[in-house]
Amino acid sequence: MRPFTYERATSAQDAAAKAAAMPGARFIAGGTNLLDLMKLEIETPGHLIDVNGLGMDQIVETPEGGLRIGALVRNTDLAADKRVRKDYGVLTRALVAGASGQLRNKATTAGNLLQRTRCPYFYDVNMPCNKRKPGSGCGAIGGFSRQLGVIGTSEACIATHPSDMAVAMRVLDASVETMRPDGTTRAIPIAEFHKLPGQTPQTETALEQGELIISVALPKPTGGTHIYRKVRDRASYAFALVSVAAVIGRDGKGAVALGGVAPKPWRVQEADALLPKGAQAVSDRLFAEATPREDNAFKIMLAKRTIASVIAEAKG
Amino acid sequence: MTQGCGAISRRDVLKTSAAGAAIAGSLGTGSVAMAQAEPNAPPTAAVRMKVNGKQTSLTLDTRTTLLDALREHLKLTGTKKGCDHGQCGACTVIVNGRRINSCLTLAVMHEGDEVTTIEGLGTVGDLHPMQAAFVEHDGFQCGYCTPGQICSAVAVLEEIRAGIPSHVTEDIGAAPGMTTLEMRERMSGNICRCGAYSNIAEAMAQVAGVKA
Ligand SMILES: Cc1cc2nc3c(=O)[nH]c(=O)nc-3n(C[C@H](O)[C@H](O)[C@H](O)COP(=O)(O)OP(=O)(O)OC[C@H]3O[C@@H](n4cnc5c(N)ncnc54)[C@H](O)[C@@H]3O)c2cc1C
Ligand code: SF4
Ligand code: FES
Ligand code: FES
Repeated sequence: MRPFTYERATSAQDAAAKAAAMPGARFIAGGTNLLDLMKLEIETPGHLIDVNGLGMDQIVETPEGGLRIGALVRNTDLAADKRVRKDYGVLTRALVAGASGQLRNKATTAGNLLQRTRCPYFYDVNMPCNKRKPGSGCGAIGGFSRQLGVIGTSEACIATHPSDMAVAMRVLDASVETMRPDGTTRAIPIAEFHKLPGQTPQTETALEQGELIISVALPKPTGGTHIYRKVRDRASYAFALVSVAAVIGRDGKGAVALGGVAPKPWRVQEADALLPKGAQAVSDRLFAEATPREDNAFKIMLAKRTIASVIAEAKG
Repeated sequence: MTQGCGAISRRDVLKTSAAGAAIAGSLGTGSVAMAQAEPNAPPTAAVRMKVNGKQTSLTLDTRTTLLDALREHLKLTGTKKGCDHGQCGACTVIVNGRRINSCLTLAVMHEGDEVTTIEGLGTVGDLHPMQAAFVEHDGFQCGYCTPGQICSAVAVLEEIRAGIPSHVTEDIGAAPGMTTLEMRERMSGNICRCGAYSNIAEAMAQVAGVKA
């Protein structure tokens, strides 16, 4: 690990201002992703700003009837919140499907959204990777791509976003609330928060230098059956090959988002509208422009079958 | 780390700590006591924690994980380093009542925290019920994963009692049951290379007072 200086932030704006003023400064929350990558020198911040003490660890009701989740709320606490369990079950289900009990006790809402890809070539510093080292090439294209993306990818990068939580937040139409270094705030719809790689896979989110996530807001609950189904290589403590988050009403209408297949939680509005028509129609639309590789083409079939089982479960 | 890398990192630190000083001057300093012994030495910071009921005070290279602080600085070598990347659970300790992977957290981030390691759960003459149950049920072979397994197991029972849902909880609207299925799922963050899993499950069931 490279040496770094460390400080505890005294306010959100102080944290954002310092992060913007110091090149190489990073926020640290739970640390479960950042420190992992720092040990491998994939991340090499020269200064860490600890945002744990800022009181951003509460879940409160919004005037609109939704919930506002503090950026520092731990994954365990978010999953266990009575209001989340009652009205946003897909979120609890996605959270408890991720990582381990120990990790969820540390992992935060903001950190989870910002965790970086698990592409094995991104992790192997001896391999080319456009995300880790822009312009160096992509080891995964033409390599072992079983875990990698089939849609939304580019010729520069085919990595997936590994978060389970983010897939549930996408289906719930969450918005990410931030503070910029000058103290102004904004809300970024989750649909626009994660960026597709294009020619710049190193740019992963809409955040600006120094911009701090303050909270994530969930709109008023919509009812319906909430399901998160994750398919992985072992029954627990493994990242998704494919996951499906869905909220489906009695009339068969609803919303569906996929994890494990794309650089961001994958949702297509026209595919939502096809839910009453069944899994084949939904899946055909979701994967209309897919560019699978030989190793990961199975994900399309796996996703379709997982969607089918989710629709069947929602029918009861 | 190669020598070449070391040279680069020292330069980086000098650059950033100079910038840090300038900003600290304009925006007010954070609450951490930073010390820089000699110009080329890596940055250090002070941290006070209560470890197994004892107040400790350390000044550490900021890079020191909680795991390394426990093992290398406090000589509490019960907690083990398996993967050092959050993937095995050997380093599990209980901080402020919650189990975490001590390898993926910095010691300096634990100012004022209460840390319980395997040494703090029980002693040879006065075992924690979970330790006694592991012995009784042969919940280990080589024993390397065991301190992490036991810290995790103790915390898992508390998590179920506290009503925290898991991946196998059928009705997340209701409190999870004290079942072996729940215990097994919640122990998935502790890998045992020797495969003592079924005996660990029996030990936990005994302490929880349910049938394995
Ligand atoms: C072995 C293992 C298995 C895992 N399995 C899964 C899994 O199955 N599913 C899953 O979804 N995840 C999984 N994870 C990932 C885990 O969920 C993430 O590591 C965790 O959510 C990151 O949160 P954190 O608070 O620890 O982030 P940190 O490591 O503290 O930060 C991550 C990033 O977010 C930035 N950041 C943090 N807070 C803010 C803020 N408020 N504003 C702006 N930027 C911020 C940091 O600068 C950093 O770049 C796994 C991790 C491990 C180690
Ligand atoms: S897929 Fe993306 S993250 Fe993986 S090696 Fe290629 S450029 Fe890097
Ligand atoms: S050593 Fe910490 S999880 Fe393996
Ligand atoms: S007892 Fe040997 S690794 Fe678990």
